[in-house]
Amino acid sequence: MSYIPNTEEQQLAMVDSIGFRTISELFSDIPKSLLAKPLDLPSPLAESKLVKHMQRLAAKNMGLDQLVCFLGAGAYDHLRPSVIPHLAGRGEFLTAYTPYQAEISQGTLQAIFEFQTLIAELTGMEVANASMYDGATALAEAALLACNVTRRSKVALPENLHPEWTSVVRIYLESQNIETIMLPYDSASGCVQLPEATESWLTELAAVVLQQPNFFGCIEDVDPIASWIKSHQGLLIMAVDPISLGLLKSPGAYGADIVVGDGGVLGNPISYGGPSVGFFAVSGSGLIRRMPGRIVGETADAKGNRGYVLTLQTREQHIRREKATSNICTNQALNALVATIYLSLVGKSGLKQIAYQCLQKTAYLRSVMEKVGFRQRFSAPFFKEVAFTGEVNWQDVQDHMIQQGYLSGLPLNHFYNELSDSVLMAVTEARTKEEIDEFASLLGGYARGSKN
Amino acid sequence: MQVAKGLLYSKDHEWVKCEGASIKIGITDFAQDKLGDVVFVEVPSLDDQLIQGEPFTVVESVKAVSEIIAPIDGTIVAVNDRLEDSPELINEDCYGQGWIVSVEPQDEEYVDNLMTDQEYEIYLKEV
Amino acid sequence: MEVKTKIPLLLEQSIKGRTGYTIAELDVPEVPLQELIPPAYLRVEEPRLPEVSELEVVRYFTGLSRRNHGVDVGFYPLGSCTMKYNPRVHEDMAALAGFSQIHPYQPASTVDGALEMMYELDTYLAEISGLAKSTLQPAAGAHGELAGLLIIKAFHKQNGEDQQRTEMIIPDAAHGTNPASAMMAGFSVRTVVSNKRGGVDLAALKSLLGPKTAGLMLTNPNTLGLFDENIIEIADLVHAAGGLLYYDGANANAILGIVRPGDMGFDIVHFNLHKTFSTPHGGGGPGAGPIVVKQELAPFLPYPIIEKGSNGYALVKPVHSIGRMKSFYGNFGVLVRAYAYIRTHGYPGLRAVSENAVLNANYLMHHLKEYFALPYDRLCMHEFVLSGKWQKKVGVSTLDMAKRMLDYGIHAPTIYFPLIVEEAIMVEPTETESKEVLDHFIFLMQRIAQEAIDSAESFKNAPSMTPVGRLDETRAARERVLRFSTQENS
Repeated sequence: MSYIPNTEEQQLAMVDSIGFRTISELFSDIPKSLLAKPLDLPSPLAESKLVKHMQRLAAKNMGLDQLVCFLGAGAYDHLRPSVIPHLAGRGEFLTAYTPYQAEISQGTLQAIFEFQTLIAELTGMEVANASMYDGATALAEAALLACNVTRRSKVALPENLHPEWTSVVRIYLESQNIETIMLPYDSASGCVQLPEATESWLTELAAVVLQQPNFFGCIEDVDPIASWIKSHQGLLIMAVDPISLGLLKSPGAYGADIVVGDGGVLGNPISYGGPSVGFFAVSGSGLIRRMPGRIVGETADAKGNRGYVLTLQTREQHIRREKATSNICTNQALNALVATIYLSLVGKSGLKQIAYQCLQKTAYLRSVMEKVGFRQRFSAPFFKEVAFTGEVNWQDVQDHMIQQGYLSGLPLNHFYNELSDSVLMAVTEARTKEEIDEFASLLGGYARGSKN
Repeated sequence: MQVAKGLLYSKDHEWVKCEGASIKIGITDFAQDKLGDVVFVEVPSLDDQLIQGEPFTVVESVKAVSEIIAPIDGTIVAVNDRLEDSPELINEDCYGQGWIVSVEPQDEEYVDNLMTDQEYEIYLKEV
Repeated sequence: MEVKTKIPLLLEQSIKGRTGYTIAELDVPEVPLQELIPPAYLRVEEPRLPEVSELEVVRYFTGLSRRNHGVDVGFYPLGSCTMKYNPRVHEDMAALAGFSQIHPYQPASTVDGALEMMYELDTYLAEISGLAKSTLQPAAGAHGELAGLLIIKAFHKQNGEDQQRTEMIIPDAAHGTNPASAMMAGFSVRTVVSNKRGGVDLAALKSLLGPKTAGLMLTNPNTLGLFDENIIEIADLVHAAGGLLYYDGANANAILGIVRPGDMGFDIVHFNLHKTFSTPHGGGGPGAGPIVVKQELAPFLPYPIIEKGSNGYALVKPVHSIGRMKSFYGNFGVLVRAYAYIRTHGYPGLRAVSENAVLNANYLMHHLKEYFALPYDRLCMHEFVLSGKWQKKVGVSTLDMAKRMLDYGIHAPTIYFPLIVEEAIMVEPTETESKEVLDHFIFLMQRIAQEAIDSAESFKNAPSMTPVGRLDETRAARERVLRFSTQENS
């Protein structure tokens, strides 16, 4: 299969018209000794054969079309309105690039402007950018921004932050010699524990990060942490689940300075964890000029027609080079478009309902799990994820349940040695009572069986 | 290109104006023209130290960032807050309302390194 | 393109109570909210989201899409971005439930096909680059650069030289991401100037190399679209000084099956899968920026990487891994498309891609150089850089000409980059454009050059055929309206 339109005859005519005889002459600047041998790659496949090959590979995976999903831990099985791929898949969106030529990119630009608006509304922040790679890298950039603005070089991360996000934040910070300080979680509640007021590093803290709900699904009591960090003149960075913001108090209402999160849950396919989309919002004008990433602003043409352009570009790498606020260039625009379409479809009442259903269904899972002998691990209130303990090997449980058509939760010893008896389960609005009932009953049966 | 009479000039296209004990600093007409429409001025903080030859702030147009190089040594005693909301003053009135900072010079010798308006006009013809 | 029709924002169209999606009724017994979450944790002020019907959403985004130019709409010769055709079958393949609906924490036994695909893609990229092992994790080219530079740092650290080797050498013609990534990786940047042929100035390079050198970042062909003939000597010089060579693969569309970065002497390469392997650019992303390293550097790769063992494929952490660059395993959906692209083409197909990309670029350059200044008049690779300085003299800037091109239904080339060319116009036609399209482009460019002579003043009104006229960027930057915020519909 080839997507090259010019026939061999045309190619030769073109070569001739520019004064050469063969295409290979065009490569004469390359030292002969470097010219490559034929590459050892599989033979080309025609479209029909490619499709068969890909279908065969895909069939080796068990998708969530086959498994009822109670697995979360940063990637969730939310409902996805059918309209989304039809709109986001339109070639005019799909095959455009960064909207450098604003006059013929108003579609992308206006959609990003909507995205910025909706993220700002959800988070209660003043301004959001056009997107980051994912929640983890958005958080890393937020920590860098906090250090840049406060001119301090320590950042506190809670142990109950998604451990993969912690790793990403650390790699970004350590490369610029910024120290991370880990805040432990309370083993009873699952929430962040504040350090002793005597710690010497408190005055050097650029920011504290809070994940809401945290990795264990617990809802943090933000107010005391917010006043604690403010009393040390540091910033409050919150990493939030945007779905939860249909129900939970907005970070803006808590006084957060920077809010990030992963927008994969907003209509994007789960897709083995990516591509997703990170969002990034800040509370005020002092932070805007140091934000990473693209930002779209409203303006007008000479006739006064409203239009949108990329703006505040002097922050960015293509102008500021080594003095840029970040190296990010390509972002996740199409995934941000998907999130925008999603939020437009579900709207104000829909997001609230979805969040409410996540909560009620998670509460229902807890009640049926408790009936079959599992205990809720942490006492703090939850949103759509909850940890359970039980005397089973949770990895074996996961393998066993797959045979029954269920994808059970993440065994927490995957990341936390001290939680080897615990599992993290997620329940979204997509689950039904029937699924939850059968899942819990199968788990209960398995636990009884493994005891005998 | 307009060169205001009676001011002193640096090779980096800043102007300096004596006003009693302190002196005002801004960028020249040539500099603002070269930069285009100014969209942002990073207004420095009071008491910041200026070191001659080193950048003390930036002025931005849509697609360019220009560092403003301190023409003298000194301490900032006043800043032009209006530039925060009205950066266009740099374009519209660079020798007047578009001033950037007022500085208390470290010593009186600063004049030695600067050009008079006539010298600056000749300098502009060279660059 | 839909011209002149104004489209109000969805928040301006909202009607209280309207919705575009219906959720099934709650089917579990309901617990009073206050028993689950303390009221102090609940949202009081409602977020202002649109209240519109499904059809309104469909019309809105369809309408917006018609105000966009894409490869599907017309010629898009945006230099350095490789705007080639994105095969639609790859979209279908990435949407297969076995790829699009798998959870990142599923047991490996249930995602064997995904791991096999990633492992194979890893080996293909290694073969194409002439290097050993990859990580597929970076989400974009700049993200790959950061990962690669952190590997360079880790390598020097292992040799006890990280405190000493703090300088990254970068050509003045480099993409802005190179110095920005170097800064993020904690290096200081030393700029090496270009020589008269557009390559790295060897004397300047020699003067920069030394015990502080951590490495050199280079694009080859470079951002001028020129192959640096001195690459063997450059690599030898950098290695002799104890530095490593990083290959910015943004321009890899010129070299597939022709020449390999590993053979040129590079130690680390990133590929922009969205450019070279034709995954859609999506209006600015998602991309993917896998990096491939030589064997000696494989232990430093970010985790997880894919290994093939006796029990099948596994996600593993290399012994000296620098850490994790992002959540999960990279932009997997993008990887599926790139994998499919490589399987579609094989070696002969990929080689033909680069041959035709280079032929198309040289064809355009040859036929345009009479009308526009060509600062480096030599063979180009997949792109070339013209200068608008002749037109600038008669009062027509490169920006003016770019805006006029929009009126003719084509996307403008990359302009004002690289920075070392005055009034730069960087053209990358790609291999998927036909001779007829190229000839039409030549015709339009000649016409624009003529118009610059005949009626320079007319350019100030360009573009006039587009949905909006030339937009006031100064106003946007000064007023900073970055979200919709009037109080109606609240």
